Amino acid sequence: MSTAPSEQGQPVASTGTAAVSVAGVSKVFASRKGADVTALEAVDLTIAPGEFVSLIGPSGCGKSTLLRLIADLDSPTSGSIEVFGKTARQARIDQAYGIAFQQAGLLPWRTVRSNIELPLELHRVGKPARAARSSELLALVGLSDFADKYPDQLSGGMQQRVAIARSLAESPGLLLMDEPFGALDEMTRERMQTELVRICAETGAAVVFVTHSIPEAVFLSNRVVVMSPRPGRIRDVIAVDLGRAEGRGEGLREADSFFEAVVAVRESLHGEPAGAPAARGVDQR
Amino acid sequence: MTRTGSPLGRRVLFGVLGVVVLAAVWELYKALGPATGVVLGDLTVLPRTSDLAMPHVWDMVARLFRPVRSSGDDEMMWQAVLQASFFSLGVAAVGWLVGVVVGMLLAILMQRFRTAESALLPWIVLSQTVPLIAIAPLVKRWGSQIEIGSFSWENWMSVALIASYLAFFPVSIGALRGLESPDVNHVELMRTYSVGWRATLIRLRLPASVPYLLPALRLAAANAVIGTVVAEVSIGLRGGIGRMIVEYAAAAGGDPAKPWAPIFGAVVVGLLAAGVVALIGLALTRYRRGETPA
Ligand SMILES: Nc1ncnc2c1ncn2[C@@H]1O[C@H](COP(=O)(O)OP(=O)(O)O)[C@@H](O)[C@H]1O
Ligand SMILES: [Mg+2]
Repeated sequence: MSTAPSEQGQPVASTGTAAVSVAGVSKVFASRKGADVTALEAVDLTIAPGEFVSLIGPSGCGKSTLLRLIADLDSPTSGSIEVFGKTARQARIDQAYGIAFQQAGLLPWRTVRSNIELPLELHRVGKPARAARSSELLALVGLSDFADKYPDQLSGGMQQRVAIARSLAESPGLLLMDEPFGALDEMTRERMQTELVRICAETGAAVVFVTHSIPEAVFLSNRVVVMSPRPGRIRDVIAVDLGRAEGRGEGLREADSFFEAVVAVRESLHGEPAGAPAARGVDQR
Repeated sequence: MTRTGSPLGRRVLFGVLGVVVLAAVWELYKALGPATGVVLGDLTVLPRTSDLAMPHVWDMVARLFRPVRSSGDDEMMWQAVLQASFFSLGVAAVGWLVGVVVGMLLAILMQRFRTAESALLPWIVLSQTVPLIAIAPLVKRWGSQIEIGSFSWENWMSVALIASYLAFFPVSIGALRGLESPDVNHVELMRTYSVGWRATLIRLRLPASVPYLLPALRLAAANAVIGTVVAEVSIGLRGGIGRMIVEYAAAAGGDPAKPWAPIFGAVVVGLLAAGVVALIGLALTRYRRGETPA
């Protein structure tokens, strides 16, 4: 039921239910002027538990839309989406995923700690359990000393780390991230990437990660999904085998395998014929 | 961190300075201005400078420390004025409170239901175009017909009701803007937590509305005070500043400084009301982080 057809690069561990299974999903935004926008067309994608998948492609190719469909912030025009074997809606209700956007989206009147505790508080987790969990997460993202600060007292990178901690609060099996490092400077960005790899290794969560940056996608991912615009489709799925998270340090950024993967993604993005033959045979328009 | 305002000490200093400048301008105009005032056509642009129209500042202040009726052994003027001020302040406070509650409820209703917004908002705006003078007698007449058990409608309630009528408006508009102020980002975050409207209201919308609410509360306080003073006159409620202003104005001929005493009282009431709102603002500082001057 949840076997997506023609995909290159198979899920790393395809045992049990998929973390995310997107089958034949299209999304059309109706506009008043009658010119409908087809944001996504016939998208198939399966993501295994614990797998890190990046979505990359030019602006407007539907990356955010796909993420929002998985998060049940919007619903597909056709096709089906399952998260851990449940409908997207049920998965949202069951808090199966955590989410982080480009804007950290912290509540300015709450301290760092109580921002992290927000989802727990909303779901009536008791105070001692909340405090214990937030301490854990503060340590995980290296912000223990900033627990009682307010968001406006933090740098952009720190705010984003708080947002990540918040998305992890309920130990979700899936993390959805929409350009979470997009607003950060390059140095902070690379540090955050390394940290994210470590955090994912520690939590074992699957990740769907939207990005504009090829090196970022390659560095972080098990697979990179390359999308093309108008209408948004999956052009290519490129498996990146840089070893498991534990071995991925800063040195990796200079490794040959890293550059090879970067080149592969770049060629696919720019639609060069060099790589593998086009992933799809039904490309008519 | 973007914080507005200066340390308390400096603000008080500026306040005092403002009063001193005002007094100086008053005296300067009185000394140098034309005795007949400045008249353009039929319109008096600036007042006459006679002692009758513009008593000296020190005469007005000194008047506060003489008995109410210059001859008798009444209580001191300042005591009478203060008493009337507190009476009016109390009525205004009741009106303000009712206005704030009604305004908040309307705003929440309008935020919750789009249709409520389009149905109510025009009426709320329209309500403020009805002149006070028109509604005061109506309220009094309706009020006099209410009698439930031992409860009977009293005149001060009519005044408070009119004050609340003026106070609810800025609150409903300000609170509505505030409740709708959270980013889509934050609203969607609440949706991902799959919490309902109530939790979103309490955890997100209400806290986010504070920066919009505080100026509205301040405006509501000013409106409540003005509404109280004016309604006291038009309803004929004794004991407050409004009635005192009218009564003392009649004495202006023989005692020109007397009518100014209750006007100072009205200023005191306004300042106290503003002070209370400032305290509320202080208590809600946490919710004003990153507040940008509107
Ligand atoms: N709510 C919406 N209403 C109408 N069109 C939308 C909406 N959201 C996205 N779109 C359109 O769908 C396309 C894909 O958008 P998006 O998923 O945000 O792209 P990306 O995140 O890859 O930059 C764009 O053409 C965008 O204009
Ligand atoms: Mg986007």
